[in-house]
Amino acid sequence: MSVAVERPRASWAEPVRLLAVRTAALSTVELQKLRSDHTELFTRMVQPVLWLLVFGQIFSRIRAIPTGDLPYLAYLTPGILAQSALFVAIFFGIQIIWERDAGILTKVMVTPTPRAAIIMAKRSRRACAGSPRSWSSCRWRCCSGSRSPSTRSNCSPPPSPRAQRRLLRLPVHGDRRHRPDPRPADGRRPAHDDAAVLRLQRPLPIEIMPTWLQVISQVNPLTYLVNALRGLLVGPREPVGRLRCARRAAVLGIIGAASVMGKLVR
Amino acid sequence: MTTLAVECTGLVHRFGETVAVDHLDLQIAAGEVFGLLGPNGAGKTTTIRVLNTLLPAQQGSVRIFGLDIRRRALDVRRHLGYVPQQLSIEAALTGRQNVTWFARLFDVPRAERAARVDDALDAMDLLSVADRRAGSYSGGMIRRLELAQALVNRPDLLVLDEPTVGLDPIARAGVWERVRQMQADHGMTVLLTTHYMEEADELCDTVALMHHGRLQAVGSPTELRAGIGPEATLEDVFRRYAGAGLEDHSAEGVRNVRRSRTTARKLG
Repeated sequence: MSVAVERPRASWAEPVRLLAVRTAALSTVELQKLRSDHTELFTRMVQPVLWLLVFGQIFSRIRAIPTGDLPYLAYLTPGILAQSALFVAIFFGIQIIWERDAGILTKVMVTPTPRAAIIMAKRSRRACAGSPRSWSSCRWRCCSGSRSPSTRSNCSPPPSPRAQRRLLRLPVHGDRRHRPDPRPADGRRPAHDDAAVLRLQRPLPIEIMPTWLQVISQVNPLTYLVNALRGLLVGPREPVGRLRCARRAAVLGIIGAASVMGKLVR
Repeated sequence: MTTLAVECTGLVHRFGETVAVDHLDLQIAAGEVFGLLGPNGAGKTTTIRVLNTLLPAQQGSVRIFGLDIRRRALDVRRHLGYVPQQLSIEAALTGRQNVTWFARLFDVPRAERAARVDDALDAMDLLSVADRRAGSYSGGMIRRLELAQALVNRPDLLVLDEPTVGLDPIARAGVWERVRQMQADHGMTVLLTTHYMEEADELCDTVALMHHGRLQAVGSPTELRAGIGPEATLEDVFRRYAGAGLEDHSAEGVRNVRRSRTTARKLG
């Protein structure tokens, strides 16, 4: 005969407390692992600098991509940062598979730990591992004559508002001449045009892209992340909407990843 | 009145068309060492995974210390300690960090955490090497470290999935000596799977032989041996109940063999 030892159901606050406590515990372990391997931080720091050094220098000289008054490196850096974040995310996704094969993930999932806490702890490590990249990218950009948010006074002057507005509408690929002219036949720009661009924080002039790429760009959180970073690094400083979009994508990602964690260990 | 640590009724778990666990009825009394034996693909690991909430109970009911695993999975996990078949420690962390990690995951109060971690390490004879990186431990030490992780929350039910696979006889004896000691000290229930019959014979109060997802025989090792003949060993019992139809081509079987070999290779 079994003896019931059921406890009264926990309050609604208990899952939130569990999530916070477990995320902290798992994050500590992730940081301890990171601390034990300094090479990881170093290699992550070097990688974006190589991108900026090779592609940044070459493309800024051949001027294949028009960036208006903005230095090409300033234009490129947010994309490099977003790309680095994506690479780190992919690497940590693979690492979860290794941990599953090693049995570590299984063992953690048999503890009273919400699945989302495991994902959030991985995110915190990812953030820490990625911060040297951001630092090195911004330093390199600054040393190369572009502006850095933390050293605005030391680097080149900020681009004009007109240049900033241009940046928001510049194509990633192709020539700007191919972009449809938004001005009406009389040559006057509609009064609402610039304001609308800034208000909506429209990412890129995707109308020049093929249709399928336009669709991908619209639903791809990285598009919004790049533009939020661009807003933070080179202005105009109105990144709230974009950051909110990136945050929503992160929450959806955590929920989605947490919901498949169970399947992963089966 | 006997308190039941595990109570399974009509448990079924399928992987597609394959029935891994077929209407399993299982009862494990609190405080006993229960051995789940069977050939590869018998359904032992699937059963253990359902009991520790990694797999859902597709049919039937499972209660751990009276808690329904479907409705109270998180509470069930508070009662569990688990050592999987693979070597599952973080090699980059020290032994102490590995155990502290699990102490935090099991809500061991901060005030007594350090003492409990030291106790667990001491019980496994690892206190002197606690601040060394776990990657430098020998196979036997790693297994003992895993036991320390599983025991730091003083679980009511310790689940061991082939804990001595790949260990040399001395390391194996060391692991079992410590499990026995912890079981005697804290009166926990131990559920283990093993392929070593002499181990089950010596350590288990009750043994269940599983084959094709069903229990073929349950009893104390002495009872099961007596049922075969006066000179019978537990291996003879195993052959009698599981000897027929040992062919197993399921993916689960291949995966288990691969996992065992990987573990054995890592242990050297």
